[in-house]
Amino acid sequence: MGCAVAKARFSINRLPGFGLIAVATFVMLYLPIIILVVFSFNAGVSQSHWDGFSLRWYQAAFNNSQVRDVSLRSLWLAVTAASFATILATLAALGTTRVGRFPGQTMIYALINQPLMVPEIVTGIALLIFVAAIKVQTGYTGMGYLVAAHTAFCIPFAYLPIRARLETLDHALEAAAADLYASPIQAFRYITLPLMVPGILAGFMLGFVISLDTVVITEFVKSAGQDTLPTYMLGQLRRAVTPEMNAIATLFLALSLMIVTAFFFITRTRGR
Amino acid sequence: MRGHGWKWLLCTPALIVLVLAASGPLLIVAVYSFLSPGNMGGVVWEFSLEAWFRVFFRRDIFEPDQVAWNTAHLQVFWRSIWLSLQTTFICAFLGFPTAWFIATRPRHTRTIWLFLITIPFWTNLLIRTFAIQEMIRNNGTINAVLIWTGVIDSPIQMMFSEFAVLLGMAYVFLPLMVLPLYAAMEKMDFSLVEAGYDLYASRLNVLWHIILPQVKPGFIAGSILVFIPAIGAYVTPRILGGGRTMMLGNLIALQFGQGRNWPLGAALALLMLVMVVGALIFYLRVVGRSDGVRRG
Repeated sequence: MGCAVAKARFSINRLPGFGLIAVATFVMLYLPIIILVVFSFNAGVSQSHWDGFSLRWYQAAFNNSQVRDVSLRSLWLAVTAASFATILATLAALGTTRVGRFPGQTMIYALINQPLMVPEIVTGIALLIFVAAIKVQTGYTGMGYLVAAHTAFCIPFAYLPIRARLETLDHALEAAAADLYASPIQAFRYITLPLMVPGILAGFMLGFVISLDTVVITEFVKSAGQDTLPTYMLGQLRRAVTPEMNAIATLFLALSLMIVTAFFFITRTRGR
Repeated sequence: MRGHGWKWLLCTPALIVLVLAASGPLLIVAVYSFLSPGNMGGVVWEFSLEAWFRVFFRRDIFEPDQVAWNTAHLQVFWRSIWLSLQTTFICAFLGFPTAWFIATRPRHTRTIWLFLITIPFWTNLLIRTFAIQEMIRNNGTINAVLIWTGVIDSPIQMMFSEFAVLLGMAYVFLPLMVLPLYAAMEKMDFSLVEAGYDLYASRLNVLWHIILPQVKPGFIAGSILVFIPAIGAYVTPRILGGGRTMMLGNLIALQFGQGRNWPLGAALALLMLVMVVGALIFYLRVVGRSDGVRRG
């Protein structure tokens, strides 16, 4: 018996102290977020002293017309930018995947992935300079700048899952369609496109989350009155904040969490 | 020979947007760094090397020929590099055991642990920085708990320090270290670990001679993935560091705000880009070399 216990204890996977550090890391990773969420339900004004449960800060957030405005603008921008990015990334994925090497391919990859490499602050001030110049020339100050900036930034994120999905598709399916007298357009419409849908959906969701999270680029590109939820929060954090900010952050987290969970399931079933 | 035109045609819409709203503006930054600053921000179209000069040096206000190192800038560069290196180290120290923990779970629970690491990765960086701010503020959670338990009488000042920035960056960038490390460990050959123990190797020997060499690519990838956003950090040092513990990103932003020196800001931004590209080239070199060793 004693021997069996000793045997069970010696596992080749165990390294002393590793389990402890790992568990501590998970706790450290989640504790600040959990505290943030808990205090969004605080009845008092404090973010460190618990005064009982209440939804007053959620009510305050919903009744705050500025919060409503910036949230709606964020959602609109994320849907618009992610949609454009998904369409453009799908076309680019069709042009670069399963086609063999062609001249200029490396340059296309470099351009598509460039937003991933360049720090957001550099892209931000580059766009600030560019947009300022265009504004002087044209006088246009609408949302177009933000849509273009977010779309460009979302393209590499949308491209990745679409390309990954496309790579797993079997050429034989399209060949079979062609054998059955399908035109290339029909083969694409009825075979390739439906099979690409999970990748396209995942790409859209990734783009949506990325656009929703983007703060630095928005901060430098936006004109007056074009605050999104993240830039509004960034501005508010300088002042003394109330649990209303916790409530806003919690709702924001819940939205991200839902999308990430959905993304996780879409990409996981893909592998099977 | 089939034409490649249609492939380019499919890519063109995406490339146009990328060139207009991502790559193209970078070229304009390069041009602006060689111009003269306008009085109210913006530029005057006159060629000048003053911005690049000011990145490293400064002139005496009264005697412009007196030149000295711009110590304020050098301090910010050094802080950016040093804090980024420390962040990378902390993430590696915490990330390696965490990735190992996940990789050694049974297959069905592994997905859950992995998901737990992925969630913070996809949640807003601003909100996670806010969560850290809530913890370390003077009337935040940590101080409240310490005062409540009687360990201290008055709050410890943690915000607006290098420590705060370091803590925040390690917190927000940690998943970037764990994920590639995990990917490397998942591919690892555990029978070699078993063989090591069979040959009476100590745990330390197994870790050093068997596990580390196999997960080295993951380590390097993770370090680069943490170091690059840390060098480019703007939000975390702005919220947790304040004006006295600026990093390069904040110094750049300052030139487009109160500083009103766009050419200097453009030159600083290019300097940051050079650092990032340098780190990437270093990464490709190291990976290329270790591949060569394996093949040889």
